[in-house]
Amino acid sequence: MELLYGHPKSLKPIQTKYCPGCGHGVIHRLITEVIDEMGLQQKSVILNPVGCSIWASIYFDFDSVQVPHGRTPAGATAVKRMLPDHLVICYQGDGDLAAIGTAEAVHAANRGEKFTTIFVNNAIYGMTGGQMAPTTLVGQKATTAPYGRDPVEAGMGYPIRVLEMLATLGGTRYLARGAVNNAANTRKTKQYIKKAFEAQMRGEGSTMVEILSQCPTNWAMDPVDSVGWVESDMIPFYKLGVVKDELSGSNEESREAAK
Amino acid sequence: MAEEKRLMKGNEAMGEAAVRAGCDAYFGYPITPQNELTAYMARHMLDKKRVFIQAESEVSAINMVYGAAATGARAMTSSSSPGISLKQEGISYACGADVPLVVINVARSGPGLGGISPAQGDYFQSTRGGGHGDYYHIVLAPKSVQEAADLTYEAFDLADQWRMPAMVLADGMIGQMMEGVVLPQPKDPATRIAKPWASGNRNGRKDVNHVDSTHLVPEEFEQTNIARYKRYDEMKRLLPRWEEQHVEDADLILTAYGTSARVSLGAMQMARKLGLKVGLWRPITLWPFPEKRLGELAGKRFLTVEMSMGQYVEDVKLYTHGKSEVSFYGRCGGMIPTEEDLLAEIRRILKK
Amino acid sequence: MATKGKTEIDRERCKGCLLCIRACPTKVLAADVEPNSWGYYPSRVVAPEKCIACGNCFAVCPDVAITVYKL
Repeated sequence: MELLYGHPKSLKPIQTKYCPGCGHGVIHRLITEVIDEMGLQQKSVILNPVGCSIWASIYFDFDSVQVPHGRTPAGATAVKRMLPDHLVICYQGDGDLAAIGTAEAVHAANRGEKFTTIFVNNAIYGMTGGQMAPTTLVGQKATTAPYGRDPVEAGMGYPIRVLEMLATLGGTRYLARGAVNNAANTRKTKQYIKKAFEAQMRGEGSTMVEILSQCPTNWAMDPVDSVGWVESDMIPFYKLGVVKDELSGSNEESREAAK
Repeated sequence: MAEEKRLMKGNEAMGEAAVRAGCDAYFGYPITPQNELTAYMARHMLDKKRVFIQAESEVSAINMVYGAAATGARAMTSSSSPGISLKQEGISYACGADVPLVVINVARSGPGLGGISPAQGDYFQSTRGGGHGDYYHIVLAPKSVQEAADLTYEAFDLADQWRMPAMVLADGMIGQMMEGVVLPQPKDPATRIAKPWASGNRNGRKDVNHVDSTHLVPEEFEQTNIARYKRYDEMKRLLPRWEEQHVEDADLILTAYGTSARVSLGAMQMARKLGLKVGLWRPITLWPFPEKRLGELAGKRFLTVEMSMGQYVEDVKLYTHGKSEVSFYGRCGGMIPTEEDLLAEIRRILKK
Repeated sequence: MATKGKTEIDRERCKGCLLCIRACPTKVLAADVEPNSWGYYPSRVVAPEKCIACGNCFAVCPDVAITVYKL
């Protein structure tokens, strides 16, 4: 009997506080699988801000710095500048990155900072109980958009495609969007994470992997229905795949595919 | 190595002192009247291949400082009053996570956008924990370019030793003026305090380090706060610093910090020449405040001089325990008291 | 010959999200009728002989409650 798939070493073997079905759990596992494969547990630092990701430092078995809401890229900028040979992960949700922290995200990306951002996009605010996020879809209901997100009558704005926006910046090198709704997408997402981490360790940046994540609790669905909603509603709007690839190690084919 | 005395602008002297203290990383954002400090750090940190970033905002800058400091580096930011308001969240986080860092405030007049001229309206913000939650941090108030350099240099050691932010509270006068200064010798990195709590550089360390101010269990959080305040008590015993002249025989003691203290010194000297028994009492550490010494002078009459509508004066009243008559002379909006005006006030109070 | 696999589910780590059941191509898994100590109804191996060690269940599991072996 050969062990094929087991518990990553750099992920603590404890039950998480995340809701049943939540994408955070899968994403934590993908990150730690890559860290184990790259042998980086002793040299990894994660910055976890506010939102459901506040728990992240409990589960990753490596050093962390907890930062104020939205300031994760600023903290990560400094951590990576001080520890350039470490793997530095900036772990954010959609409020952290695309609302309160947009300035920090844009400018860290534009400076080409060498840490990797893992952007968990669940199109809602999780921890605080389901308010509208910058990535909430038009018509999607939230506690602060009880009749659905309405950009016209209620002036609630439109969902933001962060990667496409950041792709215009000179400092960005690798931007990819994955999802963890099914096994195939989960495996592709792991490859995006791996490519981003490898780029970071080669000294290239900035890199970001956005991951569409189901949020059963705040979407008021059970987990199986929630991954269905990722498939039916989120993926058509937030297209999966590599949005930008200007890494030195990438071949022409992958760069063309990104365009 | 021979001491060198240089003519320097206050902002630049503080920058050079920070560089000599071994500042590893500086993050700042432009704001008048401290821009020379940011520009000085840009040139000298880049020359020395240390980290310099002009951040996108003061908010971002303090969070970069926090991140760098969390890895054990000596990190600093500087700003002026409105920018310091922006940094309060980051400072609260640093105090809650026991992260040492240095913040320089070259204060200007407020509230709001206010003006760019010097003021002392940030005393409450600095000494009462300007951000949320129960905390204090070190506040050092220089009165000259020399003292600004000395206190900036020392701020890094104090911050590291006591694991908290250390703020140098200067003002636009000190930041802009030029005076002779003897700079401290560059600090030997081997003499730095070790930081086993920092994140990164694990090198086989068994336990994981989390730099974190989150405490969600009330029973535990209360104990954390109590332990931190015991550290504050020790600091109150060991750190207070002040300067005094002619207080023992004084009929009236001028009390002020920073630029106001310099003007008060001049007024005191003029008064003494007229035979008036006037003294001067100047706190150097605004936190921890030299409460004990001021309490010993309770009963004396005080004239508090401030470039504000009355902030420091409340501490003068507090620590003289109702035993002193405390008068107040304040200028604000960027106005600076003059020795002549102060002397007139002294004479009015002493009826001489 | 087709790959044969064995899948193990840690009952106490499982939160009963049932995503593994959705992901399994050969219907090895189903929800248990007995709850675990947390009150969740965990996923359970009901047809072990059908496991082909594809690892899909492991891939989608948010709780790393599943271990997959190749026989």
